[in-house]
Amino acid sequence: MAVVFEKTKGLTDVPFSYCPGCTHGIIHRLVAEAMEELGVLDKAIGVASVGCSVFAYEFFNCDMQQAAHGRAPAVATGIKRVHPDKVVFTYQGDGDLAAIGTAEIVHAAARGENITVIFVNNANYGMTGGQMAPTTLIGQETLTTPYGRKAEVNGYPIRMSEMLSTLEGVAYIERTAVYDVKHVIQAKKAIKNAFLAQIQKKGFSMIEVLSTCPTNWGMTPVEALKWVKDQMEPYYPLGVYKNTLEEVK
Amino acid sequence: MAKVLMKGNEALAEAAIQAGCRHYFGYPITPQNEVTAYMAKRMPEVGGVFLQAESEVSAINMVYGAGGAGARVMTSTSSPGLSLMQEGISYLAGAQVPCVIVNIMRGGPGLGDIQGAQGDYFQSTKGGGHGDYKLIVLAPSTIQEMADLVQEAFDIADEYRNPVVILGDGMLGQMMEPVDFENVKKTKRNLPEKTWATTGRGNREHRNVINSLYIDPPVLEKHNYVLFEKYKRAEQNEVRYEMVNCDDAEVILVAYGTMARVAKNVMNIARREGHKVGLIRPISLWPFPKEPFKKTVDQVKGYLVVEMSMGQMVEDVQLATECKKPVHFYGRPAGMIPEPSVMLEKIKQIAGGAR
Repeated sequence: MAVVFEKTKGLTDVPFSYCPGCTHGIIHRLVAEAMEELGVLDKAIGVASVGCSVFAYEFFNCDMQQAAHGRAPAVATGIKRVHPDKVVFTYQGDGDLAAIGTAEIVHAAARGENITVIFVNNANYGMTGGQMAPTTLIGQETLTTPYGRKAEVNGYPIRMSEMLSTLEGVAYIERTAVYDVKHVIQAKKAIKNAFLAQIQKKGFSMIEVLSTCPTNWGMTPVEALKWVKDQMEPYYPLGVYKNTLEEVK
Repeated sequence: MAKVLMKGNEALAEAAIQAGCRHYFGYPITPQNEVTAYMAKRMPEVGGVFLQAESEVSAINMVYGAGGAGARVMTSTSSPGLSLMQEGISYLAGAQVPCVIVNIMRGGPGLGDIQGAQGDYFQSTKGGGHGDYKLIVLAPSTIQEMADLVQEAFDIADEYRNPVVILGDGMLGQMMEPVDFENVKKTKRNLPEKTWATTGRGNREHRNVINSLYIDPPVLEKHNYVLFEKYKRAEQNEVRYEMVNCDDAEVILVAYGTMARVAKNVMNIARREGHKVGLIRPISLWPFPKEPFKKTVDQVKGYLVVEMSMGQMVEDVQLATECKKPVHFYGRPAGMIPEPSVMLEKIKQIAGGAR
């Protein structure tokens, strides 16, 4: 019988540890498919971070390192400087990348470190139960902003893609979403572009993916997808923020 | 090659390169800046990588990545920088990533000063980071020994899959002495192949994962036992020390690193004045050498531990002697050097039966 569909070889058979309705699973699959289709699985080295995706080293079917909270870009730098011809990527959440790991991500980007960063933005700390993240929207209720995030107390959410795209060392940055089929397909293209930028030795690449957290947002998975579109996307506009690729596919 | 006159910081950097280190990540901090400068110049000449990180936090995590990827990798720093690295060091130990970490100590606490001091003994030997782990800590007292021990440190790190610390101080880093790199002493070891390194899977059957997370408590417990089996082996095989004039000694000075140089001179002066004084110089601060104390505890009237701190190693000496004989202490913090005249006075008091 002809095989019409099979699971990507880029993922192991370990069951995901993510909550029902969370879009981490989709994003994992896109990253894995992108690596498989680009034929780089055998030379990929991934870096898992701290947060919901802390177990990513069990899911991606390639060599992996698990990094301390926020330090994935530094760990990836160490790996890439030892193996410049391998494909090195990090998979980080918004607490990891945009709060505790701000220095590491900014300087990896500034150095033009030839690595790919998958940045999953779900506007809160999922793993620890839903606290305010640097990306939490104004007015958004979390465990640590029970009356809603107030600008006068907590300041404003950080737009990492915009901020990092100002840096010379950056080769490719795009913000995507996975709340419907059209955007899932676009997100995969973006992820492939980011890996291509690395393969072409263009420098630092990052794909920000707006993601859901139905458990901590207190929503059904369908409501959560809608919340990304209605609430997050207006503040975090989708699109390509930097592109130095030779030919965009 | 004949002997060359070199600063301690430069000698340790050159020794690292000669030991096969091709990846160095660091951040500027006094008094170890010659290491970064030397590496920046030398690494490109040997096809290696020098990278100035944005912080010590980042530097130690680059070390984690590079060491996990199979490279011989080193970082160097001074006291406040080592504090920043503690998180990464705990992860390195937990994930069993070999590397060499050099700490050229200065006065503390806090920003302290930039003079050579020995206030980081506890931090280095007792584990400054979280969790149950051990670092192998080597303390040279000459520039030649610095070169010897750096070579040894890389081999020990690879053999045990564990970070190894070279603990020096600002004075040792800054002073110049002749070094012979051709005759660097080296223990013969069968170093295991790094089959665990994340090199990209290639044709390998299994994935390699560098990790310190074991979410299931019984599994983490087992992992801790595996680490401690390794530390037990290190305690059996990696103890180093020097004993001088201990055979007939009634008073034994105990000092490491720069302080041991001063102590040795004081010992000689005391001998000339007719006092039976010896010296125990721990070279491995962890595993701490207990044997020289077992050998001498019955014969001595007491020990005088001298440190460029308020007293840290003295606790290990008390443990090693099981408090069978008085363990006296004299030290000065902040980069001030303990006075030979005071040491002499204390030696005389101990010889006279002071407790």
